Amino acid sequence: MSAAITTRPPTAPVPHAPAAGGTRRRSRLRTRLELALLLTPALVLFTGFVLIPIGVAAYYSLYSWNGFGPLTDFVGLDNYADALSGDVFQGAIGHNLIIAVLSIVVQLPLSISLAMLLNRKLRGRAFLRMVVFAPYVLSEAVTAVIWLLMLQPGGFVDEVLRAVGLGGLVQLWLADQSIVLYTLFAVITWKYIGFGVILLLAGLQGVPAELREAAALDGASSWQTTRHVVLPLLGPTIRVWIFLSVIGSLQLFDLVWIMTLGGPANASTTMATYLVDHGFKRYEFGFGSAVAVILFIICFVFALFYQRFALRRDTEGALTGVR
Amino acid sequence: MTRRNTIGYLAAFAVIGMTVVPLLFVVLGGFRTTAQINASPAGLPGPFVWDNYAEVATSPVFWRLLGNSALIAVIATTLAVVLGAMAAFALSRYRFRGREGFYALFTLGLLFPLGVATLPLYLWLRQLGMLENPLGVAIPEAAFSLPVTIVILRPFMHAIPGELEDAALLDGAAKLGFFWRILLPLSRPALITVSVLAFVTSWNFYLLPLLVFNDSTNFTLPLGVAMFQSEHTQDTAKVLAFTALSMIPALTFFVLAERRMVGGLTGSVKG
Repeated sequence: MSAAITTRPPTAPVPHAPAAGGTRRRSRLRTRLELALLLTPALVLFTGFVLIPIGVAAYYSLYSWNGFGPLTDFVGLDNYADALSGDVFQGAIGHNLIIAVLSIVVQLPLSISLAMLLNRKLRGRAFLRMVVFAPYVLSEAVTAVIWLLMLQPGGFVDEVLRAVGLGGLVQLWLADQSIVLYTLFAVITWKYIGFGVILLLAGLQGVPAELREAAALDGASSWQTTRHVVLPLLGPTIRVWIFLSVIGSLQLFDLVWIMTLGGPANASTTMATYLVDHGFKRYEFGFGSAVAVILFIICFVFALFYQRFALRRDTEGALTGVR
Repeated sequence: MTRRNTIGYLAAFAVIGMTVVPLLFVVLGGFRTTAQINASPAGLPGPFVWDNYAEVATSPVFWRLLGNSALIAVIATTLAVVLGAMAAFALSRYRFRGREGFYALFTLGLLFPLGVATLPLYLWLRQLGMLENPLGVAIPEAAFSLPVTIVILRPFMHAIPGELEDAALLDGAAKLGFFWRILLPLSRPALITVSVLAFVTSWNFYLLPLLVFNDSTNFTLPLGVAMFQSEHTQDTAKVLAFTALSMIPALTFFVLAERRMVGGLTGSVKG
């Protein structure tokens, strides 16, 4: 545009130039106004209720504060040191990690096999998919209440085990310190397995049937086809599932809070139940804020690293912008 | 091949059993008396007792919980989708400096799950005087749903051909008119997906309402179910009836929106 203007002979009249410049300026102003109108509400909402609370928490975490009165008792990083050196919080981090690792080791193979099963041409497949997915739509609160009742000593689960001759397996599912975490993991698996199955089913639909047929023609067994053709193609879906599953495991709260309150004797405390227990129930808001910030940092660091090293190729567009 | 299918059907039956039996336990347990349940936890109702369901369904508590949950979920979904769609439009159909920066800021929100941020949010809401207020739950839920909403809507709106926009502008439509009359209707599938996601998130959310609401008349359904269970530990049958009724909205919604929801989830992963 500017090139066109400079090559114009200086003597030639330019009657429309000022008017054109005016409309362009006006239209640029208009675009700015439109952008402000479109973006501001979302930015205000996001800043006011996502970014500010996080910043405020980081500030509170440097004080010893019971939630009332002014912040006067500056303690630096003491809250962080106290939390990280406490047995209960260390135990909580351990429990979150156990749940995360178990999810990957147990739920992932289970989800993959179920997805492959449901991808076959079985009669009633649509119904089966819906059934598998149903627990995922229930809230964790409802799930917790259901299983709390079923796992009562002498309750449904115990009676069914006895009826099929497995009475020896009966345990104090939620009251035995060495078992409670695994009981909770089983309930988590019941609730969330459908989510993994649905994700993987969608991924399987992206595996062309021709590839499998070609592998079969080349004499590959069905296991070899699965191992060397299907699984690698499911890679992106599996990596996304692992990401969501680990982040979910790190924030585990509702189920644990309703079923055990982190007990017995802190045997099922998670970082989030510890956070609510200390920050909220005991009015240690400075300390609780420090725990919240630690939880943030753990999730954030995991997300960044995972993003950087595992997900990069897969979610281009989802987290890294439109390409 | 037939043997493989036999194994397949057996596995399918096992899966159905594992999934459905706990749900049946709840629904059928509601038709029994607590004495029957205590005597034989895995028994079937006989004779059917309607009292539990009748009592729960006629108590104002259940309906109030349902109403509170619905109000909060509708406000949160509307806010997230309306503001998210506006922002996604700006970030997909305008060119301006800092566009990618704004987008990166919103995507940052994906790394801060609402559950983790709840205690700081509680302190902040207390400072704003928004405790015991449905908006104190709905607005933060909307704020935390914005990132997913924008991340799903932006590529969708981006992919709508520019020729449509040029044609609309040539016909004298303003850019905002194009947004309202052409882009939004064309984005319907993606809008439904993000609405479902925001609605379900809000409907099932437990931790924030737990902190924000102290007065049980403000409770949402997940809080109410947990409260009802802890208040009626001696009356298992009634707890089961209450739980069964509280599952109905989510399961109905799920049956209606299943295809969309599944499509939405896979869509969100592919970005």
